[in-house]
Amino acid sequence: MSVGTNADTPDASGGETYTASVVGGTGFTGGELLRLLAGHPNVEVTQATSRSATNKTVGHAHPNLRGLDLRFSDPDDLESVDVLFSATPHGVSMGQVDDYFEVADTVVDLSADFRLPEAAAYDEWYDGHVSPEYLEKAEYALPELNRENLPGAELIAGGGCNATATILGLKPLVDEGVLGPETGEVVVDVKVGSSEGGASGGAASSHPERSGVVRPYAPTGHRHEAEIEAYLGLSVSFTVHAVDMVRGASATCHVFPDGPVSKGDLWGAYRGAYEDEPFMRLVSGGGGVYRYPEPKAVAGTNHGEVGFELDPGNKRVVVFSAIDNMMKGSAGQAVHATNVALGLPETAGLGFGGLHPVGSP
Amino acid sequence: MSQAECVECGADVSLHDDLEAGEIIDCATCGAELEVIDVSPPVLDRAPELEEDWGE
Repeated sequence: MSVGTNADTPDASGGETYTASVVGGTGFTGGELLRLLAGHPNVEVTQATSRSATNKTVGHAHPNLRGLDLRFSDPDDLESVDVLFSATPHGVSMGQVDDYFEVADTVVDLSADFRLPEAAAYDEWYDGHVSPEYLEKAEYALPELNRENLPGAELIAGGGCNATATILGLKPLVDEGVLGPETGEVVVDVKVGSSEGGASGGAASSHPERSGVVRPYAPTGHRHEAEIEAYLGLSVSFTVHAVDMVRGASATCHVFPDGPVSKGDLWGAYRGAYEDEPFMRLVSGGGGVYRYPEPKAVAGTNHGEVGFELDPGNKRVVVFSAIDNMMKGSAGQAVHATNVALGLPETAGLGFGGLHPVGSP
Repeated sequence: MSQAECVECGADVSLHDDLEAGEIIDCATCGAELEVIDVSPPVLDRAPELEEDWGE
């Protein structure tokens, strides 16, 4: 299967080829997985499943993939593969995980089903868990946070998009001790695009209702708070707005450290964390039109942008981060983590650099 | 090709061979615009900010 949808460098080719399937292929992140994997030099997608579009072409659901020679099959007829990607709604994978491991050596789940390390957290934040024995086996997918534990991982749990944007923004401050469980207050405001609501949508997602909004859809108590606390060890005050974008998550984190912090301290922390990361960019008041992280600049890519500014009068540091919620916040993160898990070049299949200029992402 | 330290983020900035005083370059790490104050040895400083109303 091949299609010219993803520009990748040829130097990643020539290695071992892994077979892969995408379960839940008609959803938005399922489509993004198929786009990325179609251009991946070390992956051959042999199956994509869909209960609603069985026997239809992938291009029927994803018009950007019309050249792909692949039809959706029934999810009850899973074929044996090396890597199974599950892009199903929350709650599905935890019930299917035994079946997944019957046919695949590596399972990569994009839902919330394995991303929290404790079963009790699922009782508190979700609707419980039916396969808690797998939580210990799961590795959180975000390589910038968990790269050392990904090689050889059999169950990879994709991060949530809002949590990913927030974690990428705050992690350097945690690493440097500017923030910690007992240090500093953090208020996070995330703006997200409509694709975060999934392909099935609902009344609030219809175009007349969604268009033009700046809607606080989760003023408090968003589930991703649990993920941020689990992986950064921080309790954050977290609010999410639905805004008029299709793709993108933009997190603004207001940080109030206990002690003084200089611009040099901040640059040291962020350069130390991200200067060698292949997908992270520091964008912090430099030149040009885009002086701080901007979802438009990363739309369609696996890049994350992070920046900051110091507000000494208010003893505040404001941190910005921007990702494509379906890429760095989901499918791109999953492919990146899979590359690390399988020992492939980290950037394989993820070479698309975005568009400029571009309209609403 | 010589290098100088970015005064904004501390990263090394690669300098081209025919560098001239007064030239404005940008840092590949943080994007800051930097003015070449001297060329031998190379000295950089923050370039004057473009005065523009950014919607304020």
